[in-house]
Amino acid sequence: MLPGVGRVLSCRTEAPDVVTHRIAWDGWEGCAPGQFNMLGLPGLGEVPISVSGGTRTPGEVLHTIRAVGPVSRGLAALKPGAALTMRGPYGRGWPVEAADGAQVTIVAGGLGLAPLRPVIRHFAETARARRVRLVIGARSPADLGFLQDYDDWRGAGIDLALTVDHAPPGWPGRVGVVTDLISAGPGRTVAYVCGPEIMMRVSAMRLQALGVDAGDIFLSLERNMKCGAGLCGHCQLGPVLLCRDGPVLDWARARPLMMVEDL
Amino acid sequence: MPDVRQSGAMGEAFVMDGGGIERLAAHLLAEGRSVVAPVARDGAVVYDAIEDPAEIARGVRIDSRPGHYRMERDGTAWFDHVIGPTPWKRFLHPPRETLYSMTRSDDGIEVEATPLPQASFAFLGVRPCDLAAIGVLDRVMTGGAHPDPRYAARRNGTLIIAVNCRVSAETCFCASMGSGPRADAGYDLALSELGTGAQTRFLIEVGSAAGSALLEALDVAPATEADLAEARWNAAAAADAQTRAIETEGLARDIRAAAEHPHWDEVATRCLNCTNCTMVCPTCFCSTTVEVSDLTGAHAERQQRWDSCFNVGFSHLHGGAVRQSGRARYRQWLTHKLSTWEDQFGELGCTGCGRCIAWCPVGIDITEEAASLRRTEP
Ligand SMILES: Cc1cc2nc3c(=O)[nH]c(=O)nc-3n(C[C@H](O)[C@H](O)[C@H](O)COP(=O)(O)OP(=O)(O)OC[C@H]3O[C@@H](n4cnc5c(N)ncnc54)[C@H](O)[C@@H]3O)c2cc1C
Ligand code: SF4
Ligand code: SF4
Repeated sequence: MLPGVGRVLSCRTEAPDVVTHRIAWDGWEGCAPGQFNMLGLPGLGEVPISVSGGTRTPGEVLHTIRAVGPVSRGLAALKPGAALTMRGPYGRGWPVEAADGAQVTIVAGGLGLAPLRPVIRHFAETARARRVRLVIGARSPADLGFLQDYDDWRGAGIDLALTVDHAPPGWPGRVGVVTDLISAGPGRTVAYVCGPEIMMRVSAMRLQALGVDAGDIFLSLERNMKCGAGLCGHCQLGPVLLCRDGPVLDWARARPLMMVEDL
Repeated sequence: MPDVRQSGAMGEAFVMDGGGIERLAAHLLAEGRSVVAPVARDGAVVYDAIEDPAEIARGVRIDSRPGHYRMERDGTAWFDHVIGPTPWKRFLHPPRETLYSMTRSDDGIEVEATPLPQASFAFLGVRPCDLAAIGVLDRVMTGGAHPDPRYAARRNGTLIIAVNCRVSAETCFCASMGSGPRADAGYDLALSELGTGAQTRFLIEVGSAAGSALLEALDVAPATEADLAEARWNAAAAADAQTRAIETEGLARDIRAAAEHPHWDEVATRCLNCTNCTMVCPTCFCSTTVEVSDLTGAHAERQQRWDSCFNVGFSHLHGGAVRQSGRARYRQWLTHKLSTWEDQFGELGCTGCGRCIAWCPVGIDITEEAASLRRTEP
């Protein structure tokens, strides 16, 4: 588990505390959508960060980071040319093949859009052949990230709906919770959901109420992670080691675990 | 005398006199191995590297009960002290180790690997429960997609001389967990102490080619049917003497079903969250990673250290720990040992060594807690 060294090529601010870094890393061979890398800075530590782009570009990977604590602040503050330690990819990502022959609903809350970006890109390529709905929610218009992608996604035929929890006067868009915009069917629908835990729980219940099978609803969960490789024990969620068996679980498996308090 | 090296095949049995233990230790030391053996120190039998066979604990017994451990001098037996507080994981998966170091320069970061450990251990005196625990640890640390290379390097160079038990401590429950008091596989040699005083002998069972190769240095004779019968009888007596047990049939399922059992609240009123149970447990493997930097900040090491699910920070997420309450943390520990370990690794995470019972300052007893959790409330 010796890390390699990555170098920031460019940075893009997504929201006040959120930045996307394009990173050059020799050791990068691409990954499945929804996998993550361990990003680190000497003296600060290592944290799990999802791959937000570059799943198919060996040597170059995108990570989107919200500055919340010492390590993520250090990582978010990196400027082009700066170096960081990188290892991965780890975990089991979004099973895109589960949606073969089905419609697709993607629900993103806040930074949950980052790990979903490779999935959206995957389905953008097939959006003409089936219905692909994408629902994005954020706290405020300023917190909506990846704005430059929206036109591409719409252009590819994705049915995109946006909402924010709070908006300043003059915001022309919707205000309200993301779960209200969720729709599915007719026919079999497969859903991919990422965001705060409570939002995922409500979204999954809503999808189920709309007739989506619990085994067709996929969520990406978070627990403390130190090694990413199934050896440190930190990411246990009951029977699941999230870094190894997740972070993406289906609702049939996640539901009983998410219903036990403090598991 | 027969050429035992020729005939010392796996599964064969021999006997040697009581002094053979010191010859064995001396031989292993002469081979340049780091010999780890029971040593009586600070009122306990601990496992530590020895430099002289005379350091091996002898003529000590222990009295081990919930929240209680006393070592007493008694007789001349070599191995009637059962187990002490040291888990063998201390040597294979040490409490702290440097994973790699990093140097910052104007040019970037240079990562420097710490060389793999060159250990060649001989563990002398591994009890059957602990032998089973080493197997459990092997499957966690090296059985997955990302085996720990440092653990593997240490483990591959380790020779295991197991010692079957003829005495049980009050805290032992290996018989119910199916791990003891007699080892059936996983060792290079397995010893069973026979007789007492001047009659002391050791039955030696061979478990590997490396174990067989050691026989030459030991002056052994083929075991008789009577030697084998005595060893079997001793182990059966040790099993019969155990007063604690966990019924493993349906255990994982029952503990899973008890996630909201009121008994967790009751244990939480007693548990101090001191982490002792996780430190002494031979299978608890959790670790954290910490950064150690020099004053200039130009050089840093990433170190791995033992961690415990009883620490609040263990489940920290931005915004606070997931397991805030002592109830949630004790539930995590016991459920992992007796239920979710099976989901994660295909077997239970407890081998019945009883250390967590003896070394819990308030005497919390995993066998009793498990039984309470399987009782439906009136
Ligand atoms: C699979 C996975 C994917 C993630 N993807 C992203 C992403 O794409 N972008 C992003 O900004 N964040 C992501 N996170 C969350 C990110 O890892 C945490 O925000 C980060 O660990 C916080 O560390 P800190 O030192 O800055 O803050 P602190 O809150 O001070 O954290 C201290 C330590 O606790 C642990 N920790 C704290 N919060 C989390 C958390 N939410 N998840 C796991 N460990 C945590 C870390 O070991 C960290 O070093 C992801 C987490 C997981 C588990
Ligand atoms: S849980 Fe207790 S009895 Fe079981 S292996 Fe660990 S320390 Fe021994
Ligand atoms: S069960 Fe006992 S040893 Fe374990 S943390 Fe609680 S008080 Fe400490």
